[in-house]
Parts: sequence; structure tokens; C-alpha cells
Amino acid sequence: MNEMLDTGIGAAVRRREDNRFLQGIGNYTDDIVLPGQTHAHIVRSPHAHASIVGIDKAAAEKIEGVVAILTAEDFADYGGLPCGWQVNGKNDEPMKEPKHPILAEGRVRHVGDPVVVVIAETADIARDASEKVSVSYKELPSAILVDDAVGAGAAAVHEEAPGNVCYDWELGDKAVVDAAFKGAAHVARLELVNNRLIPNAMEPRAAIGDFNRGTGDHSLYTTSQNPHVIRLLMGAFVLNIPEHKLRVYAPDVGGGFGSKIYHYAEEAIVTVAAAKLARPVKWVADRSESFISDAHGRDHVTTVELALDKDGNFLGLRETTLANMGAYLSTFAPAVPTYLHGTLLAGNYVTPVIYCNVKAVFTNTVPVDAYRGAGRPEATYLLERIIDIAAHDLKMDPAELRRRNFIKPDQFPYDTPVALTYDIGDYEATLDQAMQASDYAGYAARKAESAKNGKLRGRGLISYIEACGIAPSNVAGALGARAGLYEAATIRVNPTGSVSVLTGSHAHGQGHETTFAQVVSDMLGISYDSVDVIHGDTDKIPFGMGTYGSRSIAVGGAAIVGAVDKIINKGRRIAAHLMEASEADVVFENGEFKVMGTDKQVGFGDVALTAYVPHNYPLETLEPGLEETAFYDPKNFTYPAGCHICEVEIDPETGVVEIASFTAADDFGRIINPMVVEGQVHGGLVQGIGQALLEGCVYDDNGQLLTGSFMDYCMPRADDFPNFVVSTNVTECTHNPLGVKGCGEAGAIGSPPAVVSAICDALSEYGVTHFDMPATPSKVWSLIHGGKKAA
Amino acid sequence: MYAFKYTQVGSVDDAVKAAGSADDAKYVAGGMTLLPTMKQRLASPSDLIDLGGVSQIKGIRKDGNNIVIGAMTTHAEVASSPDVRSAIPALASLADGIGDPQVRNRGTIGGSVANADPAADYPAAVVGLGATVHTNKRTIGGDQFFTDMFETALEEGELITAISFPIPSKAAYTKFPNPASRYAIVGVMVAQAADGVRVAVTGAGPKVFRQGDMEAALKSNFTADAIKGVKVSADGLNADIHAGADYRAHLVGVMAGRAVSAC
Ligand SMILES: Cc1cc2nc3c(=O)[nH]c(=O)nc-3n(C[C@H](O)[C@H](O)[C@H](O)COP(=O)(O)OP(=O)(O)OC[C@H]3O[C@@H](n4cnc5c(N)ncnc54)[C@H](O)[C@@H]3O)c2cc1C
Repeated sequence: MNEMLDTGIGAAVRRREDNRFLQGIGNYTDDIVLPGQTHAHIVRSPHAHASIVGIDKAAAEKIEGVVAILTAEDFADYGGLPCGWQVNGKNDEPMKEPKHPILAEGRVRHVGDPVVVVIAETADIARDASEKVSVSYKELPSAILVDDAVGAGAAAVHEEAPGNVCYDWELGDKAVVDAAFKGAAHVARLELVNNRLIPNAMEPRAAIGDFNRGTGDHSLYTTSQNPHVIRLLMGAFVLNIPEHKLRVYAPDVGGGFGSKIYHYAEEAIVTVAAAKLARPVKWVADRSESFISDAHGRDHVTTVELALDKDGNFLGLRETTLANMGAYLSTFAPAVPTYLHGTLLAGNYVTPVIYCNVKAVFTNTVPVDAYRGAGRPEATYLLERIIDIAAHDLKMDPAELRRRNFIKPDQFPYDTPVALTYDIGDYEATLDQAMQASDYAGYAARKAESAKNGKLRGRGLISYIEACGIAPSNVAGALGARAGLYEAATIRVNPTGSVSVLTGSHAHGQGHETTFAQVVSDMLGISYDSVDVIHGDTDKIPFGMGTYGSRSIAVGGAAIVGAVDKIINKGRRIAAHLMEASEADVVFENGEFKVMGTDKQVGFGDVALTAYVPHNYPLETLEPGLEETAFYDPKNFTYPAGCHICEVEIDPETGVVEIASFTAADDFGRIINPMVVEGQVHGGLVQGIGQALLEGCVYDDNGQLLTGSFMDYCMPRADDFPNFVVSTNVTECTHNPLGVKGCGEAGAIGSPPAVVSAICDALSEYGVTHFDMPATPSKVWSLIHGGKKAA
Repeated sequence: MYAFKYTQVGSVDDAVKAAGSADDAKYVAGGMTLLPTMKQRLASPSDLIDLGGVSQIKGIRKDGNNIVIGAMTTHAEVASSPDVRSAIPALASLADGIGDPQVRNRGTIGGSVANADPAADYPAAVVGLGATVHTNKRTIGGDQFFTDMFETALEEGELITAISFPIPSKAAYTKFPNPASRYAIVGVMVAQAADGVRVAVTGAGPKVFRQGDMEAALKSNFTADAIKGVKVSADGLNADIHAGADYRAHLVGVMAGRAVSAC
């Protein structure tokens, strides 16, 4: 850390972006009003599965203020929404990839599937007119739950995917794993469901299309986590707009959690419509629409088995999962239950052999894709649950069983049997730290106290690991990614010495404008206030892959470091010239270029000014200016890991579960801003505990979403939680320049199994060893009520 | 939201008149229920008659052995009223547990009672405390007021002006909130009222109801133990994704017991 600054790396600088967010003076997509703007409203399918018999627009077209009404025919010249990741199943069979049309083509496949677009002078008129569009449907049988969708006689979501199977994928050698199970002293087995979630970012999705008739340039303003990815996917694959004629701008974005990674139909709709009408077209989802059009998360049905020897050493792990894809493949959907899931099954443990088989299944539900953690929460959940089951079966202490099987510090770099190489970690130290922070030893007294108050207390402890900083492009490519996964940054030093950081990462709540500025000001030894971070606009920033998978500091931050290094190198050459010294003798420290062994020095600001006013400058050998771009392609994933300990108190009369305490000790590598990290952990924990206790997407048998509003879909609220006890234990990542690992998803990954484990512990006297999330009061009451109290 | 005509009025008479001369008018009080319904296009009144300016139906007063609350009094005002808090603390705490601060600062007792949401809290107070609903033309006994899910004894255009609550010798309200909406899955008001013991249950059934077996048990012995053995039938109770009828029936017993203990 730069000693001159109290805003450098490691400082708890307050988030500068909160100034505008908290005052309501941000600039979100819906805040943008373009001259002559029209408004789109989308008529969506009320049915899970139906043929479209006819669409009658006549009555709607007559309404004053209606500008245009578009159906699939108007998009006949364009492609479907592309999928960004190809997964091949057994025998290299490519996944089934049925067309995902922009607007439904003769058939709707989920409630919320877009069918007709009504564009009008105002949003109200568009909505009024939408009600006059009459779409007649012939309902078809539907497949809603994954188990039903793969059953005999299930309705076919797409004819090209027999049995509704998208792919049947495996990782590991089944025969070898089966053999390991044969020799095992004990096999623990569990069937579980990872409950389906609805992301619900605070800002609903929105998009504005604009077209400049003078230049032929298209612009798309959109709520995206990765504007360049949208430009690439939509421009090249859907609309055939060359990238230099398409600007994608994602301004302030109010949360994403994955749901704003994907290329959505509405983006293509407004872009096409704006060009057709030569007027801007805005679409803003209302909340009810978000529930049925944002990609959902999780939704796995799994069987897992763990083989152990008589001392509790893991011998092998077997998993089979049905993963719900929804009605169409969303941008990253195929990767989530495979390469972001199967590869994490080693967890923090030495498990010699692992086999994973995942069938991805089409259903008549909203598409499912990555949601905070993406595949890794599902992996962690099944692994930590089965370890608990094994501990219960073998009457072993759950912490000790984990400890015994941990990968030890001297085993790094560690090659897992599921294709990853962990670079570094110290799981036992993190476990100890968490146990201490949770007053592990004082638990018995707390349990007794709870009992005195008529409450059942339980404790759950888990370890997790995740693979972040996705990803080495060549590895990702070999695994089916249809894009690279590097990141880019430009450092633009302005003539008077202030700095603009242009990053391909996108901030939608993470605080990059603060943390990235900390890194740059620290490295350049200049004031934090003179560094600004610019992101989100493809016309400004270099081609970058955006923000998801906790990759921004590990990959985007590394690109920034690379560009700053280039700036410093060039600055040294300029400074050497100014000080008439040899370049090799010039060092850069605390914002000054110095000639080693002398008192000669020149400040960063002077060097910057000289670069832009090159009167005394080595023009023969060096270009003027001080602006550098770097791309960074990660050498490996990063591996944040940690230990979460949850204590719950249950009211046996009502089944209400209260989180009595929650302790997280996490290893995120080097910490840039501890306050921001703590905030990320808090948010992740709330989402993960939300999954465990409160959130669950429910469809009825006909594919109607029963949890279609906040009246029924229970979002976590601040008063549902105690103060969290969080701390970090640092082992620095060995392969990126900042030594960072990423912290965005950890909370959501570790907390669900910790909570479920604690509840099972509390209910152990009723014979409960597992139940499926969420632990609603009525479910917990049923467990107690239906349970048999042990004698 | 569909277009509608908006009228401000200053008195009960003007409100009733305005409503009577419109096609399909609705009074708007706090707007906490009506406006979201209109935004979702589930309601489309031709006219909104805003009661916000009708000062004569706002406020709380003690009238002999009654607490009289004007229809336009907000939940927050009821919750913080010294009169309510000293005379019927159960009512103040009920109001304090409705929704969130924004809802409590806008929503009114008249609007809540007129709306007769089966999961709303106030109906348990109206029935459980044996209140009387005053309208522009008559008084309606609490027991007769709620007729069905979202249905009341109010006639077309009839306006609630106030609700008077006889002060009980003791009363308590306990609520088991729906984790998502925080309306009542089950809410029970137990009171030793002037006319005897009352146990009113909201949230559990299609409308608020009195639990006669518990009332009988408490009459002779006003303790939580007295109702422990009372079997609450699940027949006719609500069932949804949050709570089945059996669970609701069970919660009625638990909440009632806790209310008695809190009395
Ligand atoms: C987020 C949220 C959470 C909530 N949580 C709860 C909760 O936990 N418990 C609970 O009980 N309620 C809850 N509510 C409802 C809240 O209490 C409302 O305020 C109440 O139901 C309606 O009151 P209002 O004054 O807003 O009425 P409005 O919405 O203005 O009107 C409701 C209906 O009553 C009619 N009306 C209004 N005043 C009169 C009158 N004087 N005479 C005749 N008819 C009239 C209107 O015409 C309309 O039909 C919640 C609401 C929201 C938005």
C-alpha cells in the first residue's frame, strides 16, 4: 500500500458512487429521455405452452397515439437470441439448441414469452393498446418440473429436443468412481432440490433503442452487466449490425446478480423498432413483468453419494442432476450446471475420484441462467449437505470430518479430479478463525439458554470454495465458451495529470468507481480524487467482457494494473529525458520519478504535462501522449474459500426459524477495500440465507407463476437478519498482479448449506437430517409435527 | 392505470354526493390498497373521490367508555395515540404491526376496514373488541360488518365515518405474519370486553371470525391453559402456498394462547 495515501489499496474508502445513488441523482436507463422517444409495451403469453392461432391488431391500431404494432413477422430477417456457451454431452453430442426467437413464432413456451410489441407515444397508450391486441391461442400440454419433463409421455417443449433433454453431460470416469464406491466402508446418499429463485434486482430491466438516420448508427441503452457482450451478440448474431455502427451503453444499473448478463429479446426489439420508426423506442419492465421475463436461477434436482473409508476419509463422490433450462437457452445457461458446477465438486477436500452427470432439461418455464454464484452454490450445497449426512451416519463431528479431508496448505498447487488446479489456500486456518469468531466452544451454554426459552437451537458449519475470475480464454474455449474471457482497461492520463480509467468491467452496485480508483491512485501515487472510473459505454471503453462471476477485480483489476504499468514505463522514459538520466536509473516511487542515488526527481504531473506539451521531449524515439491500454487474460481461476457457521433458533410451536448468529471467515486474497468487501459479503449472505429460508419460485401444474409478486415471493429484508460476524483470512492469489481472488458471490455460495445444516441440527431430535429449501415456517412446523421425537 | 376523474371534497356530504353522481366512483383514503390495484389495472373506477380533505372524519377521541377513531386516521396515528395506547394498547400495537412505515403513514383505518381483506389486521380488532362502525347513514355492529372475503355490509356509496371501540378490561393481539407480504396468516385478538370474552381470528379464513369454543373456555378461566385443549378445525380455513389449512388451524391455537398470556 502506498504510504502517502489513506485512500490506497487496503483503505476503507467510502463508496463515491453512493453519493448519487443515495440521493436519487443517478442516471439509470429509465432516467434517459431522448427527443421524440416512443414507448413499447410487450404483450406476453398468458399460457405456459400454446400455439398462436391468430393475432388481431386492428382494434389496437386504431387507438390514437399508437405508432406501430410488431409481431414475429417483423423480425423475420433476424436471427434468434444466441447462446454463448456450447456444452457437448456424452460421446461429444452437441447440445440441442432450438431457436430462441425474438418474438414467439407460432408458439409460446412459457408464461411471459413475448408475442406482440405495441409502440405508442406514451407508455400508458402503449399499455392501453396492448389490451386491445387480441391473440388467440390453442393451449398445449406443458412440462413444468424437470422430473416431469423427462418422464414418459411428457409434453415436448421443442420437437428438436427429444425427451426435453438439451444435453446429457458427464465429467469423470464413472467406472473408476463406481469401483471406489465398491470398496467403501460407508456410502452416504441424499436426494435434494436446489430451489428455483427469481433474482429481483432493485431496478427492473429497461432498454432504449435509437437510430441516427444521418450516420446510420444504432444505439442501445440497456440495463446490462456487460455492454460489449451485448453489442457482440446482438450486433453480430441477431441483427447483423456491424459493431462500429452499434453503440451499447449501460449507464447506472441497479443490481444484476447475473440476471442482467444475458442478451434479452427486448434489447433487439427496441433496436430494430427504433431503426424502423426512425424514432427512439423505450421499454421499461414493470415488476410483474420482471418476474416472468428475467432469467431465473438454480432449479436443480440432484442425487449425490459420498463414499468414505472407516476413518472418514473421502474415497469418491457421485452426482446426478437434472438442471432446468427453462423454455429456451439463455446466454450462459448451459455452462452453469456443467463447467461452473461439476468442476467445483472437490470443494476444499481431497476426494480422489469424482463423477458428475448432468442432464439439462427444457421446460415450459422462464429461462434459467446464472444467478449469484452460478453453479457453484449448487455444487457447494450438495457437497456440504452430503458431508453432513456422512458425519451423521458415522457419528463424527462435522467440523472434524471436514478438517480430516481438507486439502492441506503444503498440497498446493493442487490438481482436483474435476479439472481445476487450486493455486493456494489455508482452509484449516480459515475454519479455525470462523470457529473462534463464532465462540464455538460456548455453544452448549447458548443451546441450554435457548432451551430454557422453549426454543430449539442448532448449529451448522460448512466450508466452501469457488472458482472466480472467469477465465483463461483458451480453457474456456476448450470447454465450449463462444467468447474470450479476458478483460481490458485503458488508462488515460490527462494533460494536467488527472486520470480517467476506462474499464471493460461494469459496476452495478459493486463499488468499482471507488476500488478501481484506489488501485490506480495507489500505483501512481496521485490523489484518489484525481482518478475517475468510466465504464459501461462501448463508444468509450475498450472491448471488455463485463462483470459476473466475481471477476472484476481479479481480471478487470489486473488489466488496469497492466495499463498502469505501461504508463509508468513510458513515464520513466519521459522522466529520464527530462532529468538527462539513463532510463535504467529512473525509479518511480510515491508519485515521483527519481534518479537512483541522486536527489533528482520529477513529479508524475510534470511528466504528464510534458507528454502532451512535448517541447522538451524525445520525439524521435517516443510518441507524445500518455494513454495506455492493456488486456489481461487470466492464467487460472481464482479460488476464494471460506467457512460459514450459522446458529438458528426455532420456535417449535410455529416453525419460525430465526438466524441467531452468522459467522463468515473468508479468504478473498488481498483486500482492496475492506468496507466494500464486507458489504459484498453481507449482500451475498442475505441472498444465500434468503434462498435457505425465504425464497422459492413456485409454478402451478399449468405453468402459472404462483410467486409472481412480492406478496408471495419472499424477498429477504434487513429485519430478517442479525448482525453478521465477518472476517477475512488472506492467502494471496499467486497468479494475478494484485493477489486478489474476488468476493462477490461467496456469501450466496456458503450460506444456504450452513443454514440448512443448522436447522437440521436443531431438529435432530425429530429425526430430521435433510429437507429441501426454503425452510418456511409451515415446512419446519411439518418437520416437527411429522417427525418422531427420539426417545 | 386507466384514466379517471379525480375530485377533492371537504365534507362527508360532499363526498357522498360526488360519489352518487358519478358512474362508478370509489373513495380514496390512504390509497395503499386502491392505487396499486388500479396500477395493476385490476380496478378501474370512473371517479376517485379523495377523502383527504374531510377533516371531520380524522382523529381520535375518548368518548366515555369508547375510543372513537375517525375513518381517515392513519395506522401511524392510531399506533402513537396516547389515548389508544393507554386505553387499548392491543389496538395501538396492532396498528403498529401493519405493513411498513410508509404504509402506516398513509393507510387509514376506514380504508382497511372498508376493504375487508381477509388477511388484514383491523378486522380482528373490530370484531374482537366488539366495535361499532359508523357510516354516513347508520351504525353497524362489528359482528355484522364483515360479510365475506372483501365483502362488507356497506351499501353502494356508503361512507365509513368512524369506528368506536369499547374499552375492554384487557385485550391483546398477536399476529403470525406471512413472511412475504407480512399481512396476517393468522392474527388473533383476544379481549375481555364489556359484553364478555371475545376471540376474533383474521387471516385464517375467508373473513374474520369468532372462535366460540375458545371464548367459552376463557369465560370460566381466562388463561392460556384453558384453551390448550380447544380443537380448532381446519375445515373452511384458507390454504395457499404459504400455509395449509391444518397449519393455520394450529396457528390459531398458538396465537390465541399467546394473546391470552399477553393480556
Ligand atoms: C406494502 C403494504 C403492506 C401492507 N401490510 C398490511 C398489513 O400487514 N396488515 C394490514 O391489515 N394491511 C396491510 N396493508 C394494507 C393497508 O393497511 C391499507 O392501508 C389498507 O388496507 C387500506 O387503507 P387505505 O387508507 O390505504 O385505503 P384505500 O386504498 O384508499 O382504499 C381501500 C378501499 O376502501 C375504500 N374506502 C376507503 N376509505 C373509505 C371510507 N371511509 N368509507 C368507505 N370506503 C372507504 C376505498 O374506496 C377502497 O375501495 C398493506 C398495504 C401495503 C401497500
